[in-house]
Amino acid sequence: MTDATSSNVPGERSGKTSLYAQDARTKRRNAAEARFRAYGIAAIVVAILALIGLVSSILYNGSSAFRQTFITMDIYLDPAKLDKDGSGDIEKIAKVSTFGYAPLIAKAFEAEFEKPGIGVEGLTAKKAAKMISKEGPADLRRFVLANPDKIGETVTFKFLASGRIDGYYKGRVTAETAKLDKNVSPEQLLLADQLKEAGVLKTTFNFGFLTNADASENRPEAAGLGVAILGSFYMMLVVLCLTLPIGVAASIYLEEFAPKNWITDIVEVNISNLAAVPSIVFGILGLAIFINFMGLPQSAPIVGGLVLTLMTLPTIIIATRASLKAVPPSIRDAALGVGASKMQAVFHHVLPLAAPGILTGTIIGLAQALGETAPLLLIGMVAFVREYPAGPPEGFFDPAAALPVQVYNWTQRADPAFVERASGAIIVLLVFLLAMNAIAIILRRRFERRW
Amino acid sequence: MSAGLVILAVIAIAIGGFFIGRSRALGSVQGDVRKLHSLPNYYGQTVFLFSAVPALLVTFAWLLLQPLYVESQVSGMITAADVPEGGSMSLVLADVRRISSGLDIAITSGALTEDQLATMSADETDVRAQLAEVGIAVASEVRQNVFAAAKEYRDINAGLKITLTIVALVLALGGAVYAMSRITPDFRARNVAEMAIKALLILSSTVAILTTIGIVFSLLFETSNFFRMYPAKDFFLSLTWNPQFTGGSDLGIAPLLWGTLYVSFVALVFAVPIGLLVAVFLSEYASKRVRSLIKPAIEILAGIPTIVYGLFALITIGPLLRDYFAQPLGLGTSSSSVLTAGLVMGIMLIPFVSSLSDDVINAVPQSMRDGSYGLGATQSETVKQVILPAALPGIVGAVLLAASRAIGETMIVVMGAGAAAKLSLNPFEAMTTITVKIVSQLTGDTEFASPETLVAFALGLSLFVVTLGLNVLALYIVRKYREQYE
Amino acid sequence: MNDMSFVERNVDTKNIKIAAKDVQVYYGDTHAIKDVNVNIEDKTVTAFIGPSGCGKSTFLRCLNRMNDTIDVCRVKGDILLDGEDIYDKKVDPVQLRAKVGMVFQKPNPFPKSIYDNVAYGPRIHGLAKNKAELDEIVEKSLRRGAIWDEVKDRLDAPGTGLSGGQQQRLCIARAVATEPEVLLMDEPCSALDPIATAQVEELIDELRERYSVIIVTHSMQQAARVSQKTAFFHLGNLVEFGETGQIFTNPEDPRTESYITGRIG
Repeated sequence: MTDATSSNVPGERSGKTSLYAQDARTKRRNAAEARFRAYGIAAIVVAILALIGLVSSILYNGSSAFRQTFITMDIYLDPAKLDKDGSGDIEKIAKVSTFGYAPLIAKAFEAEFEKPGIGVEGLTAKKAAKMISKEGPADLRRFVLANPDKIGETVTFKFLASGRIDGYYKGRVTAETAKLDKNVSPEQLLLADQLKEAGVLKTTFNFGFLTNADASENRPEAAGLGVAILGSFYMMLVVLCLTLPIGVAASIYLEEFAPKNWITDIVEVNISNLAAVPSIVFGILGLAIFINFMGLPQSAPIVGGLVLTLMTLPTIIIATRASLKAVPPSIRDAALGVGASKMQAVFHHVLPLAAPGILTGTIIGLAQALGETAPLLLIGMVAFVREYPAGPPEGFFDPAAALPVQVYNWTQRADPAFVERASGAIIVLLVFLLAMNAIAIILRRRFERRW
Repeated sequence: MSAGLVILAVIAIAIGGFFIGRSRALGSVQGDVRKLHSLPNYYGQTVFLFSAVPALLVTFAWLLLQPLYVESQVSGMITAADVPEGGSMSLVLADVRRISSGLDIAITSGALTEDQLATMSADETDVRAQLAEVGIAVASEVRQNVFAAAKEYRDINAGLKITLTIVALVLALGGAVYAMSRITPDFRARNVAEMAIKALLILSSTVAILTTIGIVFSLLFETSNFFRMYPAKDFFLSLTWNPQFTGGSDLGIAPLLWGTLYVSFVALVFAVPIGLLVAVFLSEYASKRVRSLIKPAIEILAGIPTIVYGLFALITIGPLLRDYFAQPLGLGTSSSSVLTAGLVMGIMLIPFVSSLSDDVINAVPQSMRDGSYGLGATQSETVKQVILPAALPGIVGAVLLAASRAIGETMIVVMGAGAAAKLSLNPFEAMTTITVKIVSQLTGDTEFASPETLVAFALGLSLFVVTLGLNVLALYIVRKYREQYE
Repeated sequence: MNDMSFVERNVDTKNIKIAAKDVQVYYGDTHAIKDVNVNIEDKTVTAFIGPSGCGKSTFLRCLNRMNDTIDVCRVKGDILLDGEDIYDKKVDPVQLRAKVGMVFQKPNPFPKSIYDNVAYGPRIHGLAKNKAELDEIVEKSLRRGAIWDEVKDRLDAPGTGLSGGQQQRLCIARAVATEPEVLLMDEPCSALDPIATAQVEELIDELRERYSVIIVTHSMQQAARVSQKTAFFHLGNLVEFGETGQIFTNPEDPRTESYITGRIG
């Protein structure tokens, strides 16, 4: 062994050093330390910024979907146009098409023009009537068919403004863009401002967005989420009714009863792999098995629900097994010790204690299923559905949309107003997810036990 | 009786059986529970299970197999002449189904009576118009053979429905009576009921296996159909993807695979360093308070559905990259691009990588850190030279899992990557992926027997095999890693 | 206690290496160490004994500021290393720990090769100018750790593949490789079998030539075998500190006597 006094010997620090003075190397090392720390903070900042960017982009684009411009006018329901022979026969009134209602609206604009301060040169009442959504005459027709006795009276009717006029008040449309746009003219925008001044045109909260059905390509202002929300709700109902019992039963068997052998090994490996199978593969499965093989209808919530069930099942099984595992064996021993059967021990003691964890896992699984899109595209949920599905259980077989698919659907349309709708739909979706996760967190906080 | 009603009736019988069984058991010992082998509820349960389970299982199996049986019966009635040019048997059968359900509606709404239907013939009546009246649209004129098949289809279905009702109810009642006949004070009802419940539990746990089998078989079956129409060699080796619905398509997987791998690579390049640094910072540096704030915030990213990321790519990141990078640099004019999809997918994967890495870093024993600090190492030296090397297998596993997620991700690439199948290196160009093409080939009105549609199954199978391989490998590595420190 | 054999010890007056004055340690609200005053000499083996939870390990970890890594832990009072307060603001714990090395209860070799385990300290502290010097340091340290002969042919093998006793001697070699002045050992033999324990104890006695060694142990026999000075801790107090021989044969405090005779512990 070498003598330790010489400072030339490798591994010996030269001379006595004070702890109070940092040597150059330590300074360098501390600088490296600070740099590394900064990288870590930078990474977190990037991640948080991404989150903020994501959420604020959606809020920025989507919040305006909850406001909508309406034009409220008095409409004279002219019997000469709607009920020519005056018989009041509903069949005959129904023969007047949507097209026949447009002149009534133009008339109403003529009436508006007579008021002081309203009217733009070169803008006829007929052109002004184009400021009303194409959905407007249809709405009016539905109203008349529902209340045929109102014919001949003057009713106050709240029309949706067209998508461009609505966009004008949301900053999407300006006088410059209007010049190039065949769907709107700068004169119409001027008139819109005058009508707003007069209180005829108002922008208010858009309940229709939450309750209306989808609308066609050229009337974004009428498009709503009603069918999609109902469809998603039906699917969640199917998922809940199937995954919870099957998932819990499977978990109980695997965790409490299954013998340790190669078969259960395969089941376990299978479940963990199934959890990582791309969701679109489940869509292919649904298309091949449920639709082509079993002949279930396309676009139906039942098929969507079944596909999402198979997809969510592994998640729920994993969560349930974790919470069953968390119940200490002493509880089982205690139950078995007083002469309960294994089954009684599980169902009377272990399962109730694991219930909060199971519920939390189920809600999180449902939230995951609610946001899933890709498999639903393949089973035809992208179809344009205007009809509300019937009440359960028949409604499960009716065509319906789903929230996330509706978003996708809207992004595929040309009119930029649909971007706002899609973002707004995302906000609705996120609110649902937030609520579900909040419930899960509250359940966990409230009932979580530490053993 | 409709299937739903049959199920309800069976359940009602079973519930009735529960109460009768329970009271019979109590009656057999004159109300003295102590003389029974099991608690009275178990006798009720036994009756319930014997009554409900066989009847319901038969009902479900029946419902599953009935369409197959009926179709095989009916398809014999359709001749080759009934299949329109370019169409297929399955399309005609779909028409048959639609016509027969239209006839049902017509009869319930009173537009048609059973007698009228029996004498009706497609050659004389305009069936299409009649169906349109009740809201059922049929694409082409209804031929007599097809119409006859539809009527036959209806008749067989109606017959089977009655049979099913009878069989199910007989089974339910028979099961209940059988179980009740066995009730004596010595009958070991609890053991029987528990055996039955255990059987149900086992049945439930096979659902996962059945799902896998369903996936594998449906993919294999349709893929083999595809390869019968389109040579497998071309699918794997052709460098062009150009589906033509008029025939003569090039369906090479290579450009799609390239797009998939390129997008996933960009995503991982973005997500792995950031996710890893986040995990290191949270597990090694952050105080409890900071951790409890940041960790959930980052996990929010994991809970956001991919459609949201897709929209983010479409309306924000895509235009941003195009206006500030691609166009000024002259590299492209498309807002959907590999970089758009990759970047957004990277954001999606950050929480995935960070929470998996967090787990593996936390699994490195504290004694390793102590050993390193005890030698005078700084925290970053400890992380870089001790913790990360020790956690490396786990981190590799996490990255593989992330890669598998990236490869199988659909919505982000559908909305962010574009639809053009290209073999290019420019990340600002739109490219397409396997998942995008699965969606585009299987949505819309597609004809099910053409190679252009069936290729989606071959793509799906490729995707399934690749992701499964990555998962199995990753899980194996992570498990080995965990064993090391247990 | 009859089979206890005391190591022959030279009783030269030694320099004070570490001086602790009124040290208090708190874990959150728990007062873990109360008013500890102790002077630890250079080139001596000092043993800390006492029942479990008496604070001896906690105090040991104060001496190289390992407690810094625990958020809730606070240390008050002065601990001087060669007259310099190690809790002074100017002191970098990284530099301190290079001077005050530590060996832990459970052998904790890094999942690296034997060579890299030993070279880790010299590398991070920059003690070697080149590969040859590093080789030299590694060999010297492994020799000092009394494990060179067992591993010299497989320096590239993973350190985790060694037996428990070998692992602990590797950890000692790793600790001496940074050329510390004080070596802290936290129950270094508690995870080892008797033969490995004997080897480590022998090693500790050799290490005394160069370093001030402080060993925490709950084996009184071990304290008696390896140490020259012994400190007895009880409920966070330093009850008695003195020559090992005296503590074991003629303790002054009744609590020490009760512990040594096995009445508390």
